[in-house]
Amino acid sequence: MLEQSYYDRADEIIANHGNMQKSLIPVIQDIQSYYRYLPAELLSYVAAKLDINEAKAYSVATFYENFSFEEKGKYVIRVCDGTACHVRKSSLILGKLYKELGLSKEKHTTDDMMFTLETVSCLGACGLAPVLTVNEEVHPAMTPEKVAALLEELRGELK
Amino acid sequence: MILMENASLEEVREKAVEKMKAENCRILICAGTGCLAGGSEKIYSKLKEMADGIEGVSLEFGPEAAHVGVHQSGCHGFCEMGPLVRIEPWNYLYIKVKEEDCEEIFQKTILKGEPVERLMYTQNDTVYPQQESIPFYAKQTRRVLKNCGHINSEDINEYIAIGGYKALSKALFEMKSDEIIEEVTQANLRGRGGGGFQTGYKWKQVARQKETIRYVVCNGDEGDPGAFMDRSVMEGDPHKMLEGMIIAGYAVGAQEGYIYVRAEYPLAIKRLKIAIAQAEEYGILGDNILGSSYSFHIHINRGAGAFVCGEGSALTASIEGERGMPRTKPPRTVEQGLFAKPTVLNNVETYANVAMIIENGFEWYRKLGTETSPGTKAFALTGSVKNTGLIEVPMGTTLREIVFDIGGGLIDDAPFKAVQIGGPSGGCLVTQNLDVKLDFDSLKKLGAMIGSGGLVVMDEGTCMVEVARFFMNFTQNESCGKCVPCREGTKRMLEILERITSGKGELSDLDMLEELGAAITATALCGLGKSAALPVLSTLKNFREEYVAHVTEKRCQTGTCQAMRKYIINPELCKGCSKCARNCPVNAISGKIKEPYVIDTKTCIKCGACMDNCPFHAIYIAN
Repeated sequence: MLEQSYYDRADEIIANHGNMQKSLIPVIQDIQSYYRYLPAELLSYVAAKLDINEAKAYSVATFYENFSFEEKGKYVIRVCDGTACHVRKSSLILGKLYKELGLSKEKHTTDDMMFTLETVSCLGACGLAPVLTVNEEVHPAMTPEKVAALLEELRGELK
Repeated sequence: MILMENASLEEVREKAVEKMKAENCRILICAGTGCLAGGSEKIYSKLKEMADGIEGVSLEFGPEAAHVGVHQSGCHGFCEMGPLVRIEPWNYLYIKVKEEDCEEIFQKTILKGEPVERLMYTQNDTVYPQQESIPFYAKQTRRVLKNCGHINSEDINEYIAIGGYKALSKALFEMKSDEIIEEVTQANLRGRGGGGFQTGYKWKQVARQKETIRYVVCNGDEGDPGAFMDRSVMEGDPHKMLEGMIIAGYAVGAQEGYIYVRAEYPLAIKRLKIAIAQAEEYGILGDNILGSSYSFHIHINRGAGAFVCGEGSALTASIEGERGMPRTKPPRTVEQGLFAKPTVLNNVETYANVAMIIENGFEWYRKLGTETSPGTKAFALTGSVKNTGLIEVPMGTTLREIVFDIGGGLIDDAPFKAVQIGGPSGGCLVTQNLDVKLDFDSLKKLGAMIGSGGLVVMDEGTCMVEVARFFMNFTQNESCGKCVPCREGTKRMLEILERITSGKGELSDLDMLEELGAAITATALCGLGKSAALPVLSTLKNFREEYVAHVTEKRCQTGTCQAMRKYIINPELCKGCSKCARNCPVNAISGKIKEPYVIDTKTCIKCGACMDNCPFHAIYIAN
């Protein structure tokens, strides 16, 4: 069971978007951006509030890649693997991050809940390839060396 | 302030023009996604701070007192050279500007009007002071992207000052809705999102529906990897797109509009929100636009990471709060689109073309481009080309002009191999296609398509089989799973391609790829599926010998496919330091200290650790 504050927050968000089926995606997007994940209990709660069948709400939430029922790390690192980045060796960047963070294709978030690593098809910043983003901040022209420095900086911020 | 009539828009315009003119020096710092990532925010604050200090002081370069306007502009499309700073009236373009450069820019250019040569773009030892003279820009015809980088995209007054919303007032007060539709039809404006469908025809169909609740939807779900022209328009000139949407709404009698933007474009969403709020404040959007009887409201919907939502019926489903899956047609979107009501659905670039057609007339519009595809097209030029970025050229421009004149040729002047056009839905164009005039129809004949306009240039070092695998991997990942041909077919095609690139392919696999490709193209439900096989089919057609080499000789001539690489130590360069042997994770390297080492190719897993660590560059990949 989640704390009451979660439900209050959800109520607030629903009020912003209106009590309609078309609000489902914007509402769960806002919940996700606030908590950095979509608590399954809240999805059921939202579904009931918007008068949507729970199974349907679940089907929507699982269809879109952006929604995650798992809690994400404080820093969500997204490595672009669009055409331009791929051609400029984004796989090396991803490999370096996997290694440095001890993550893999199956394990996305570090145990200390600090980093989540994802790939994204294109960030539309192809002129700066290869790119990655940390939360919403874009880091251009990455190299494995710059990755190491970036992680060091982020870890420093945590202390 | 709500503008209650057309005349008050003109008053606002006059004031805005005066304000812009009063700025005898304008500094425009690019605040597109690319340049912001390079630190342009800091450059903006610094220059702003400096400029505020001298407001009204007389300068050496001119008789008048200094009125320096410092603004954040949208994307110039030359992201690789960012952060970019443009300074008017001289139109200097400074590239790769750093915070430390601000002082010099200020002392020399702002105070004295002198250029800072070291910050200017240089190509083949020629320095190009003005933005307009840089070959990358000089060979383009910028219409849709005209204002991107030249106006403050967060200020509606600047858009109005350069003639913005003139077309809207012309449409509202001087034209009937069917006249607007006729104008767009005559202009032969074709959908810039890839399909090339006639925009005017779409509008006409919506306008004649019995249902009176109608919608206008803008597709800003630019998901093709390697395409970012819509992002630049939304970030750099959002009002141009809004103006097109409002005109469309008026023409077809719609009351509401929706813009569907990818979640990966947070800045575009922010700028659009600002633009909508400012337009509403002026009464250009909302109830009784400019005092007319027409009311129109625009909402923004954020995508949630599904490429297939770029497809019309999937996009409208997503706005409705459903899974973004395409449906069978008919009924078409124009009959039953969003909320099952008649809907005009166009993409960002298409709407950005509308205002200029209304303002200048279809005859003017058709002067540029080809007979069947008038106007311009924006392309995202990336890959192994010297100048990467966003370009806009008349339809009918040849690939050679784009790659060699605008793009400046390939990096290191490497030989040209192919261009992948239209991303995962497109095909490849090869050397003999360099002089084909690019438009919707000519590309279709070649088995490719303009798609959203991504152009990835590839040199001889690119493995075409791997490129096909990359796109198939993307499409397979993004297949929504609704129809069997796409869900199962792309999976099987990907498996075959993976088999080929890992050296386990057979000749019969090539026939199977063609067979599957043809079946998926013929039977898939939506555009994503129908075009999914194109990259494979077109590389197979143009580079069959490369596929054959992969399966029969187990050889990748470019050394791209890891499994087929053969790492060899050059005995003449090897000093026998043993570093490679110590770094090899599978102990495949042996030898005696101070004598050349040898790699056992059977044990080698082709990880490349030896090559990365060799201090003498003695290890190479044999093709």
